[in-house]
Parts: sequence; C-alpha cells; structure tokens
Amino acid sequence: MTSTLLVLVAIMATVVWWLLRQTVNVRPWIAGRPAEGVSGDGALPLPPVKVGLGVFLAVATSLFALLISAYFMRMEGADWTTLTVPKGLWLNTAALMLSSVAMQWTRVAARRGRIDGVRIGLIAGGVFTFGFLAGQLWVWRQLNASGYFVAANPANAFFYLLTALHGLHLLGGLWVWGKTTAKAARGAEVGAVRLSVELCTTYWHYLLLVWLILFALLLSTPPRQSSCPPDTFAICGVTK
Amino acid sequence: MSYVAHDESVFVRPAEVEEPELYHPKTFIGKYIWSQDAKVIGVQYSITAIAVGLVALVLSGIMRLQLGFPHTFSFIDPSNYLQFVTMHGMIMVIYLLTALFLGGFGNYLIPLMIGARDMVFPYVNMISYWIYLFAVLLLMASFFVPGGSTGAGWTLYPPQAILEGTPGVHMGIILMLVSLAFFIIGFTMGGLNYVVTVLQARTRGMTLMRLPLTIWGIFMATILALLAFPALFVSAIMMTLDQTLGTSFFVPALVSRGEHLDYSGGSPILFQHLFWFFGHPEVYIVALPAFGIVSDLIAVHARKNIFGYRMMVWAIVAIGGLSFIVWAHHMYVSGMNPYFGFFFAATTLIIAVPTALKVYNWVLTLWRGNIHLTVPMLFAIGFIFTFVNGGLTGLFLGNVPIDLPLSKTMFVVAHFHMVMAVSPILVVFGAIYHWYPKVTGRMLNDSMGKFHFWVTFLGTYAIYFPMHYLGFLGVPRRYYAVENLDFIPQSAQSLNVAITIAALIVGAVQLVFLYNLVWSYFKGKPSGDNPWQATTLEWQTAHTPPTHGNFGSTLPVVYRWAYDYSVPGVEADFIPQNQPPIKRAGSSEEA
Ligand code: HEM
Ligand SMILES: [Cu+2]
Repeated sequence: MTSTLLVLVAIMATVVWWLLRQTVNVRPWIAGRPAEGVSGDGALPLPPVKVGLGVFLAVATSLFALLISAYFMRMEGADWTTLTVPKGLWLNTAALMLSSVAMQWTRVAARRGRIDGVRIGLIAGGVFTFGFLAGQLWVWRQLNASGYFVAANPANAFFYLLTALHGLHLLGGLWVWGKTTAKAARGAEVGAVRLSVELCTTYWHYLLLVWLILFALLLSTPPRQSSCPPDTFAICGVTK
Repeated sequence: MSYVAHDESVFVRPAEVEEPELYHPKTFIGKYIWSQDAKVIGVQYSITAIAVGLVALVLSGIMRLQLGFPHTFSFIDPSNYLQFVTMHGMIMVIYLLTALFLGGFGNYLIPLMIGARDMVFPYVNMISYWIYLFAVLLLMASFFVPGGSTGAGWTLYPPQAILEGTPGVHMGIILMLVSLAFFIIGFTMGGLNYVVTVLQARTRGMTLMRLPLTIWGIFMATILALLAFPALFVSAIMMTLDQTLGTSFFVPALVSRGEHLDYSGGSPILFQHLFWFFGHPEVYIVALPAFGIVSDLIAVHARKNIFGYRMMVWAIVAIGGLSFIVWAHHMYVSGMNPYFGFFFAATTLIIAVPTALKVYNWVLTLWRGNIHLTVPMLFAIGFIFTFVNGGLTGLFLGNVPIDLPLSKTMFVVAHFHMVMAVSPILVVFGAIYHWYPKVTGRMLNDSMGKFHFWVTFLGTYAIYFPMHYLGFLGVPRRYYAVENLDFIPQSAQSLNVAITIAALIVGAVQLVFLYNLVWSYFKGKPSGDNPWQATTLEWQTAHTPPTHGNFGSTLPVVYRWAYDYSVPGVEADFIPQNQPPIKRAGSSEEA
C-alpha cells in the first residue's frame, strides 16, 4: 500500500497546507467588513468547473494509485507470471500521445481565438483517441485469441482491469469532447467552447500520464521477486 | 430586521456574485421529483436514507429476538441470521449514515449556510440522488433473489464471501457489490458538488474561518469520502470479477467441500487492506459531520461561542489526515509484523488526541453556558456521553494485545455501536429536531421529542453497556446461537434477554419519532424564521421554508463568525452573521 499512501499523503498534505494557510493567524471572532472580491474570500481564482475537474482528478488518482498498490501486492503471490506485453500497445501509446498533442494544439488555438483551428484540433484529438481505444480492444482480442482471457493468470487479469478502467475514463472524456465538438461544428464562437476545450485538454494530459505510468508498470514488472516467502506476503504486502 | 444599531460607515454593498443559471421548474414533477434544487435533493436523500435505515432497524430487532430467545422463532435460521447481520451493518453504515450526513444534511445545509443560491453543479447533483436511489433498490432487490442477500458480514471478506456455504453466494453478493459500486459513483458526483461549492461559492465575507463548524465537518468528511471510497470501488470490482469470471485477485488456491477450485494465488489480505483503507476513514466520514453539527447545536442552545473555534477546525483537519494511516488496526488478528502492529497502534492512539481535544472543547462550551435543555441540546449532550464511552473502549482495542482476545467478540460490537452507530444517530436526531423548522416551517412536538430522547438515550445504554461484559466472557459476534460452552455462564443468557427487551423498546420508540415527523408537518407550532435565535445564515432567509434560490433578490453579506452569542455589551444575546459591525462609544467593533 506504500504507493497509495504516498499519493494520498501528497494529496492530503496539499489540502492541509492550503487550509492552514487560509486559517493561521486569522482571528475569527473579530467582525469586520469583507475584503473586496466577488465571492467568498479565499476562493480560488478559477471557474468552478476547473476546480471540480481538479477534485475529480484527485479522486481518479486515488483510484489508480490503489490499483497499482493492489498490483504490487498481488505480485507477491506464488503464481505470479509476467505478462508478455503485446506489441500493439506501443502503437496505441503513440496514438494517445498524438491525441494529447492535438488537444494541446486545440487549447492554443482557442486561446488565440481561432475557431477553425479549434475545430480541426478537436477532430484530430478525437480521431486519435478513438484510434487508441480501438487499438486497446484489438489488443484484448489478440490476447484472448492466444488463450489469455481474464482468468488465465493474475497479470492478465490486472491488464484487463487496468485498461478497462482507463478506457472508461477516456470514454467519459469523449462524451464532453463530443458535446464540445458538436458545438464548435455548429459554428459556435470560440468563447463558447474555450472552457470545455481547456478542461478536455487537462483531462487528456492526465489520462496520458496515467496510461504512461500503467504501461511502464506492465513493461517493467520483473518475472517475480521472491523476496517474500509466500506465507508472509501479508506483511510484505504492507511494505510494497 | 435589526437587533443593534448599524454603523453605516462600514456597510458593504451586497456581493456581486454572478447569478448562477438557476433552473426554473414549472411542474410539480420538476419541482419535487426531477429537482435540481439542493434543498429538495437533500430532503429526497434524507427520506430515502431514513426509509432504508428502518429496514436495517427491523433487521436488528429480528437478530436481537434470536439472540434473546433462541429456539423460539422458526423463521430465523442460521443463514438468515448471517444475512440479517450483513445487511443491517452495510445499510446502517453506508446507505443510512453516509447518505444522510453528506447527501441529506450536506445538500440542504451547505448552500444555505455559506450563503449560496445552490450547489455549483445542480444537474450533476440531481443525478447523484437518482444513482443513490438505484443503488438502494439494487440492494433491496437482493432480499428477493434466489439464495437471498449475502451473508458474508458487512466486511465481505473473501474467500468466504464468494464460496459455497455462505448465504447469497450467487446473486446476493453480486447485487451487494454492484450496488456499492453505484453508490460510490453517485456519491462522487454529489461529493464534487459539496467540495467545490464550499470552496468557490461562499458569499461575500464568508471566509473559511467564518464557516460554521457544521460545514467544516461535512467538507472534510466529503474529502475523506472522495479519496477513500475508490478503495471500496476497486475491491468491489475485483471481487465481482473473482466471482463471475473466475479471476484470482483475492481467492487463494483452496479445496472447498472436497473439490479443488479453479482459483490460485489470490490474496485475501489484499482485500482486507483495500477494505479497511476505506473502512477506517468511513468511521470518520460519519463522525466528522456529527462533530461539526454537535458543535453548532451546543453553541446555539447554550447561547455561547464555541470554545476554541480554531482548535476545533484544526482538529477536524488533523483527524481527517490521520484517519488514512490507521486502517490496519482492524487487521491485528490477520497476523502482521509486530513493527507494523506497533505503528498502527501508535497512530490509533495519536488520533485520540485531536478527538479528545474536541470533547474538552464541547464540555468547556457548555461550562457556565446559558444551557437551554431543548430537544436538540439533549441529543447533543447524549452524544457527548456515548461518544466518550465508545471512544474509551476504542483506546483499549487499539492496542494489539488487548484487541487479540476481544476481536470477534461482542465487546467489539458494543464498542463500535457506541462510537459509530449510536453517537452519530443521536446527532442525526438532534439535527433533525434543530433544522426541521427550517425545512417545514413548523416545530417538532417537544413532549414527543423529549420522550423520544430519554428512551433512546437510556435504552441504547441498556443495550450496549452490558454487551461489553458479554464480550469479556468471550461471547462471539456473528453467531446464531451460543450454547453449551463451558466458559460462558448461564447468566449470559439472562443478560441477552434484557438486552433484547431494551432493543425492542428502543426500536418501537422510533415510531413515535416518525409519527412526530408526520404530525408536526401538518399540526406543529409554526416556527417563524429563526426559532432558536441562531446566528448562521440559513436562519436569516426571507422565507421559511426558503424558496428556490435561497435568499431572495440579494445574497447576504457576512461580517462575523457564526458564534456571536451573548456578546458582552450587546443587548440581544446573539448577532446574526450578516449583521454589520456595531459602533460602540469611541471605537467600532471592527478590527
Ligand atoms: C437499536 C439499534 C441497533 C441495534 C439493536 C443493533 C443490533 C445489532 C446486532 C444484534 C448486530 C449483530 C451482532 C452479531 O451477531 O454479530 C449488529 C451488528 C452491526 N451493527 Fe447494529 N444495531 C443497531 C444500530 C446500528 C447502527 C445505527 C449502526 C450504524 C453504524 C449499526 C452498525 C452495525 C454494524 C456495522 C454491525 C456489524 C455487522 C457485521 O458483523 O457484519 N447498528 N447490530
Ligand atoms: Cu478503524
């Protein structure tokens, strides 16, 4: 659980640090006029959806960190075998990277107020993302065809689980992407889609990062460290 | 409305908050069913949670009947008993308390108390409720499927949860896991709202340090829940895969009923880590809102400012942070390295420090306060007693050598009911008596309320205090019947009978409470806008119950914290948060 703990400690530390900064040296019992500003003092200077996305990414981070912890702990099991990473994943990774680049390009176009750039960028980003998802499905089919279904061995089970959850997150992003693209295609002003474009871009970068970490995990997993005798993996599990 | 003379020089324009795009319901259905108004959603959450909580209450009555009078009821068999234990525990913890505190009180109170018109994402908020309702229905459906609901215990430990022999091993457990997954998705949608609304939608002048402690409690609990529920989500999915597709995440190679199963190498301990990584914070997910609410109840009904407000805030934050590094104290019996046992015992004891600090501060707030023994105040004081009681046994159980013999006995059941079942429930009742007038415009009946309090408070003591002794004797938990064991004296059964009678009385008295809720809705004394003379913003609305948008045409501006009760030199014994600073001879109140 160490990896989860580290991630959560980082998140909680940020929360606590921020809260303390807001609350230290304040004498709450003293009445006084509010500071100038549009809303509650101490609000972040961001639109609510951006804060919402940030909070959601924290939740998703907790989810993926827990899965990674579980992966490490399960690796201690006596029956662990390494996953032969399908070659197709390299291609998929490239597609996901391109989609992220396209989204970044869209963001720049939106900032500069170029709606045609936004349209092209969105479509390119979507195409690469769908490409990635189709590629993942294809890898699934390949694995399945060569006899590795979910229950074949724990590494495969994790592979399906991790890719499925990552894919579902992307699908959620594609839903917002779809609404934004439809809006842009129907000739909306840049201002009307800028915020959604920014949100999508952040989300795409985040999911790319998650994917790179998961991919690295799948690639780098050594055959099986037998540092822990099988009967004590309970204890080793905590430290891993 | 003005209680004291204004100092015009410090008057501030109302906040220029961007008007949220309030959605305007036209039909009855749009207003009360598919509603995006956080107040309506809060009431929907509360009613659903209380309804499903009643199911869990009935289940507990049936269990008590079995324990008090074994061999009497033919409709309870050992499988049923386990199913009832499981469903009772899970419903109470997740579907009642979590949903009620965060979905119910959170939705109703957050926008009103921070001076916002609504949650920041009303549509997502609405969906959150409907997903919750769906999760509840899935769970209830599991009573009726072939094989019945799961009997794995609310902790759902594999491998037994998905092995033949445990009740509900085919459909019951799957419905439970899927229902939990939906609950978590729905909660996450609501939770994003609560956090972002508190962060971004506070009205002008409502600094973090002027937030009422109720909001601090709900806010921190939501952060905990958002980060901890993924652990339950992951384990629910992985166990579903183990059960349906035969993966071996959690199930080791084993022989069941003489048959070698297809599993190999899975780790039950992995599940325990994931479960308790969620499970311990869950305790604080229901405790922190209770802490916050109780602080406000005490301050309002003792007409005194809360003692050590800043300490209270930091204690909430500290408890939230610490609650993530104590989870393995639930796993001492799983056989762990003594150093880890030591680490988790130490963190467990450390978390008692901020908790105890809060208790001292509540007591010091009451100290020489102008205590009004209203029904909410009674429940708040009842909470302090029960919580201290349950907390003290927690200190014992936190130590490995004491936990080992007591774990899996009735002592643990007594401990956690005191600390995380009865205590939060008492706060729930107090909060309902306190805020019911705002929700309906009418007071709850006082005599019925006092009757409800005394029977519930004394009754729960009668149930759980003796249970500690049963635990000492070694009476195990989750046992259908305990008979012919040399180490358990006959007198234990007499005690069981007494406990059962107390439990049935407490259960029956809840009907008085329900009756009160309904009766007062039609016949209760009209409450006016601010029956408790409280300072916080929800009591300063122009209408009671507040209308859509909460505050009429302009949002309130906040000039002070929520605890200006009995301020020296001021005639009225409370000053609302939206009251501008007062000019006194020579100096103004302003800093
Ligand atoms: C008058 C009210 C209540 C009564 C009489 C009652 C009674 C019981 C009984 C008899 C058991 C089973 C003991 C055993 O055989 O192991 C139990 C278990 C449990 N109860 Fe309650 N209970 C009440 C309220 C609550 C509340 C409000 C909660 C909310 C947190 C709660 C949470 C639990 C949990 C988590 C379990 C453990 C389930 C398991 O072992 O899997 N109970 N209760
Ligand atoms: Cu705990």
